[in-house]
Amino acid sequence: MLRYLIEKEFKQIKRDFILPKLILLFPFIALILLPYAANFEFKDIRVVVVDNDKSSYSNQVLNKLRANTSININYIEDSYTKAMELIQEDRADMIINIPSGFEKDYIVNKKSNILIAVNTVNGMKGSISAMYAQNIISDFSLEKNSSIQVLNSPKMEIQPLYSFNKTLNYKFFMVPALMVMILTLICGFLPAFNIVGEKEKGNMEQINVSPITKPVFILSKLIPYWIIGAIVISIGFLVAWLFYGITPQGSIFTVYIFSFIFTLAISGLGLVLSNYAQTYQQAVFMMFFFIMILILMSGLYTPFTSMPPWAQTIGSFSPLKYFIDVMRCVYLKGSNIVELLPQLYALLGFVVVVNTWAILSYRKKN
Amino acid sequence: MKQFLSFAKKEFLHIFRDTWTMMIILVLPVIMMLLFGYAVTTEIRDTNIGILDNSRDEISNRLIDKLDESEYFSVLKVFKSNSEIDKAFRRNEIYMAIVIENDFSKKLITGQNPKIQIIADASDPNHAKTLVNYASGVIAQSLMQETKANSPLSQINTEIKLLYNPLMKSSYNFVPGVMGFIIIIVCAMMTSISIVRERERGSMELLLASPVKPITIILSKVTPYFFLSIINILTIFLVSYFVMGVPIKGSLFWIFLLCIVYILVSLSLGILVSTIAKTQLVALIISAIILLMPSMLLSGMMFDISSMPLILQAIAQIMPAKWFISAIRKLMIMGVDVRFVLNEFLVLFSMGVFLILISLKKYKNRLE
Amino acid sequence: MDDVIVVRDLTKRFGHFVAVDNISFNVKKGEIFGFLGANGAGKTTAMRILCGLSRPTSGEASVGGFDIRHESEKIKKNIGYMSQKFSLYQDLKVWENIKLFAGIYGMKRNEIASKTDILLKELGFEKEKNTLVKDLPLGWKQKLAFSVAIFHNPKIVFLDEPTGGVDPITRRQFWEMIYDASQKGITVFVTTHYMDEAEYCDRVSIMVDGRIEAMNSPKELKREFNAENIDEVFRLLAKKSTRKEI
Repeated sequence: MLRYLIEKEFKQIKRDFILPKLILLFPFIALILLPYAANFEFKDIRVVVVDNDKSSYSNQVLNKLRANTSININYIEDSYTKAMELIQEDRADMIINIPSGFEKDYIVNKKSNILIAVNTVNGMKGSISAMYAQNIISDFSLEKNSSIQVLNSPKMEIQPLYSFNKTLNYKFFMVPALMVMILTLICGFLPAFNIVGEKEKGNMEQINVSPITKPVFILSKLIPYWIIGAIVISIGFLVAWLFYGITPQGSIFTVYIFSFIFTLAISGLGLVLSNYAQTYQQAVFMMFFFIMILILMSGLYTPFTSMPPWAQTIGSFSPLKYFIDVMRCVYLKGSNIVELLPQLYALLGFVVVVNTWAILSYRKKN
Repeated sequence: MKQFLSFAKKEFLHIFRDTWTMMIILVLPVIMMLLFGYAVTTEIRDTNIGILDNSRDEISNRLIDKLDESEYFSVLKVFKSNSEIDKAFRRNEIYMAIVIENDFSKKLITGQNPKIQIIADASDPNHAKTLVNYASGVIAQSLMQETKANSPLSQINTEIKLLYNPLMKSSYNFVPGVMGFIIIIVCAMMTSISIVRERERGSMELLLASPVKPITIILSKVTPYFFLSIINILTIFLVSYFVMGVPIKGSLFWIFLLCIVYILVSLSLGILVSTIAKTQLVALIISAIILLMPSMLLSGMMFDISSMPLILQAIAQIMPAKWFISAIRKLMIMGVDVRFVLNEFLVLFSMGVFLILISLKKYKNRLE
Repeated sequence: MDDVIVVRDLTKRFGHFVAVDNISFNVKKGEIFGFLGANGAGKTTAMRILCGLSRPTSGEASVGGFDIRHESEKIKKNIGYMSQKFSLYQDLKVWENIKLFAGIYGMKRNEIASKTDILLKELGFEKEKNTLVKDLPLGWKQKLAFSVAIFHNPKIVFLDEPTGGVDPITRRQFWEMIYDASQKGITVFVTTHYMDEAEYCDRVSIMVDGRIEAMNSPKELKREFNAENIDEVFRLLAKKSTRKEI
């Protein structure tokens, strides 16, 4: 019985106008574009400098700013008011104001001021921009000081060591996790739409009046998306390797095992919701609602541990959280399956709970 | 007009009777605001770290206590070897490890510059950099207390002025983003699905065969979503003002006008999608991929547009959400004069006119 | 054991609305039972309850000897169903639909294959074997839907407005198919609002506002109401209706 139903699903998917393209192209395109967009690095910070001193020192500060790759001096203005207008027009992000007498103060009084005014509507960007500027200025000050003998006070050497991602490449961090998101979008949404589609077209009634048992019906929807999930994640592996040169440090089998389990969990969730939805519109909204919460609380973009405790509690009910952990661990750190047992158990738990729920909530009768 | 009213009434009833959808439409903005306000954050708090103390003397002990006491870190484990650290990293138990050299105190006192190694899990480079920064800070401070050192050098005082958002609340940034996003969902996505649904079920043919003008039908389908988005906008304003303490600095008149222009642009996007898509599934996928995802990723809602590669920046320019978010940020948060957002107004307005013209044309072609 | 469908005091309420109001009837094995009524009279609701698609508010019923409350899955093995709304898969080919539903009812692969060929021949559909169902004309679709509903040889087949929107010739052919099925011993339970079709039934019941107002063979009914045809009987009864058409 099951075989006939699965055969039917594949035929329908194959004949659909958009699904085959979506399944094959979306992971490809998304994985090529998303890592460039989903990035919390700040480049090309637009700076307007107000140089009231026009001295050799202020010029050196300017050159130091210019040498920095994250900062761009877009404008040099004479007055702070004019610089402020550029901020208001959103043509600059930060003002660096060098007061007149900057050089003289520094040499004579050993103390001078620089004002950094930064647009902090985007707080993260604002604070990082200010930090860059501050570092450049203190570097400048340090250079000027290096001629002076530094007192031989007790010191220690702090050696930072960035392990697992030595080049601090943000894409190495995002690409494995974005595969999870893509898998979620395809294998979570599509089964839900599949069922409401059958409901809207009336096919569901014909199924409900047949002796198909609930588990068989759920399996007949789960298995096709399971296979599609395998295709999607394989495309993901390929793009990561060919386009970004990222390959898992650990075993590819570990990643496959987890992605098989994860797909069952997320497709199951889609099936649960589709059992409650009658129309596409309802299904879209419900799925969107839950998937958005699951994604934002999974630590995909921002560290899981940065969330307040209540949010971490909710987040720990997100299968995405565990699979993202796994992907990053295996890809970057080479973790093996034994080290990832907690995640394995959590995901298996989801699979059981969600799919049992899907079977129970599927009503052949109303 | 009478026809329009009766059709619009039918559409209203249709949506209001759908309790599930109604509930989610109304709750969605609030949930999004809470998520972005509290969950999407890079704050460092009680991050689990590990220690490998090869010295085990008084100073190293105090150092470890200092780290544990700080609000940023919590010492999960004290390790015995480097391989244990590695294992803990791979189990995702810790994000950073501090390795203290042997004879730490002795070397410090005799001026041999003892080493402290901060090993960070750089999977997330930003997180790692921040952790290392904070840890260095805590360590350096603790050393200062140990040695009571001070260096009398020339200094440049950098005064930092935080414009518009001195408390650095993340809500200032995402409230405009959430508005831009919600309207795209409600106006563009939902509208296109509901129009295509009508056509898929064949009831559109029925309506088109009636003496009612096609434009009346479309307008009546669109009207409820228009009002729903107004409700959403108001909800967002109320929650952000009263709950999250986001100020509304600019003129309310211009802010609302901007919202209405943007809503109209989004509705025409929805109509356009509905003229292209033959089935609800297609309408859904088109609006999700070409409207929803870019509106989240390329609108400046979450990620900084100017840090993206040029091609993505170019795509961002054609997203209405980008212009809306930019303008609402300026008007509402920065409180600038309306002359600074003329550009955005103009772009949105032309987008609206352009989209309406195209969809009218497309719509006519379909009928003929 | 001659009665394959037994209904006692069946009622279905939706809120305050009583869709099916305390109906009782029996259907005998092998008969063609016409279930007549205006749109919104409650025919479809009653039929959906018998097929196990909907739960009754009160009352008892059994189909094929199985209780509708507790044994609906057993009922489903023994019935065929053709809904008012065309419900085969439009994006599957003719033979694929047949194969799918036959498979669902547990028929063997080789049995399906041989029976499919016979069926397509009978229908004159040989050329359409590989046509997508959505490309068939409406009348053909209905014939196919009926054939699929009885492909697994059910004891009873439920037909909900099977000839809606179909031209008279196809309707005629359709009724021939119903007769054939009945000849093979399949009990046919059919709802319709075409009163001329009622004449083809062995027995008809006429529903008005959720209640069965009359039930007998067409001949007896006409005699009872002293009417020319069933349409007239129906109009006499329908005058009692207080329900608006939906």
